Amino acid sequence: MAKRPFLIPGVDKRLLIKDSIKTMPDVSRRRFIAGGASLGALTLLTGCDVVDSSSAEEMLKQVSKFNDAVQAFIFNPDALAPTFPESAITKPFPFNAYYDLDDAPVVSAADWKLEVRGLVDNKKSWTLDELYKLPQVTQITRHICVEGWSAIGSWTGAPLRDFLKLIGADTRAKYVWFQCADKDGYNSPLDMRSALHPQTQMTFKYANEILPRAYGFPMKIRVPTKLGFKNPKYVVSMEVTNDYKGGYWEDQGYNSFSGS
Amino acid sequence: MASLTVTDAQVRANPAKVIQPAWVRVMHWINAFAMILMILSGWQIYNASPLFGFTFPREYTLGGWLGGGLLWHFAAMWLLMLNGLAYLVTGFATGRFRKKLLPITPSGVLHDVRAALTFKLGHDDLTVYNYVQRLLYAGIIVVGVLIVLTGLGMWKPVQLYYLVALFGDYPTARYVHFFCMAAICAFLVVHVLLALLVPKSLRAMIIGR
Repeated sequence: MAKRPFLIPGVDKRLLIKDSIKTMPDVSRRRFIAGGASLGALTLLTGCDVVDSSSAEEMLKQVSKFNDAVQAFIFNPDALAPTFPESAITKPFPFNAYYDLDDAPVVSAADWKLEVRGLVDNKKSWTLDELYKLPQVTQITRHICVEGWSAIGSWTGAPLRDFLKLIGADTRAKYVWFQCADKDGYNSPLDMRSALHPQTQMTFKYANEILPRAYGFPMKIRVPTKLGFKNPKYVVSMEVTNDYKGGYWEDQGYNSFSGS
Repeated sequence: MASLTVTDAQVRANPAKVIQPAWVRVMHWINAFAMILMILSGWQIYNASPLFGFTFPREYTLGGWLGGGLLWHFAAMWLLMLNGLAYLVTGFATGRFRKKLLPITPSGVLHDVRAALTFKLGHDDLTVYNYVQRLLYAGIIVVGVLIVLTGLGMWKPVQLYYLVALFGDYPTARYVHFFCMAAICAFLVVHVLLALLVPKSLRAMIIGR
């Protein structure tokens, strides 16, 4: 490990490229959801091509929607994600995206503003300095990736529910929808109950330092009750809405609730 | 039963000996189907972030990519869990587990392992499981419970944090989940092989007799 060159502390270039390739969006793969590519084994066993069909894909989509409902039903807004001591923090904390770190957004702190849209009383945009003045808290929680790996990190920022209250958001709305500066436009919807969870945070610092570019400068939304892909980085706007507007990974087939 | 004549009662009670009752057969094959879906989609998920220095060949994975594998896994889990739960409840309620799987004594297991390895283990009466069978069938039920508990814990590590805590932490639960899968695969190989070596046992699991 020690002799590998590091781009920034904590980011291994080779691993990073490997991760990027692994998560690279591939237009051809969506049609493989129903398993057309690899279902030799099952076809043999069942003697018919049950799974290589659009009906299987449709069935899977329906079950995923059902799973969204089940997860929302069993979601207890008071259940807190386990927290850890500083000694448990994973070092280095991995960088993960569908692109190389060199392609990560470079956001100018001076030019950046958080846009607020939708069902809110005050739609004013927020500068970074204004956001930094909000009362902040620190959490050391486990980030769990949809791929299966996990890492413990320390995040500091303003609880999202305090901010939603501050801007007069209609918290009876269904979603807070985030848009990001990532190339190809990353976005992700967060159900309102998860948005109001006490540990859901507008994050400005990692390990007590200003959020580095790798982890989403200037602002990431840390949701310890959700898988990593529902923790958007490089956030540029939030919209309080009743409409399901989809998301970068959600549209490709990841379960939309994906809550833990 | 020393009588030479066969009474009506005996005929009714024993029309032709049912080895595997219908509920066992139905649940067995539903479980087999669900388990294969879970294993193949699970391999797909494993490949996204391997725990060890290998990945499973694409041809033996389900779903085409991680997202597809997850959709299959979280769909088939309902079939596996509901069927498994019904099996456990029925198994305990009917006394089948007690009658078929107990007792399991170390001396009995040792004796039957030795007999099996020297090809002296008889399969004349399929209604009675030998000690090796009892150990493996009881063991695989325990593994099945463990793999569902670790799976649920990984699915809901906040809501079901106590399940994760039961196994230590999240990464440990992943390893336990993986090794349970490995145990099930090993069981599957032996199970299928022996069913083919003793075809009447396979017949009993299909038509009951």
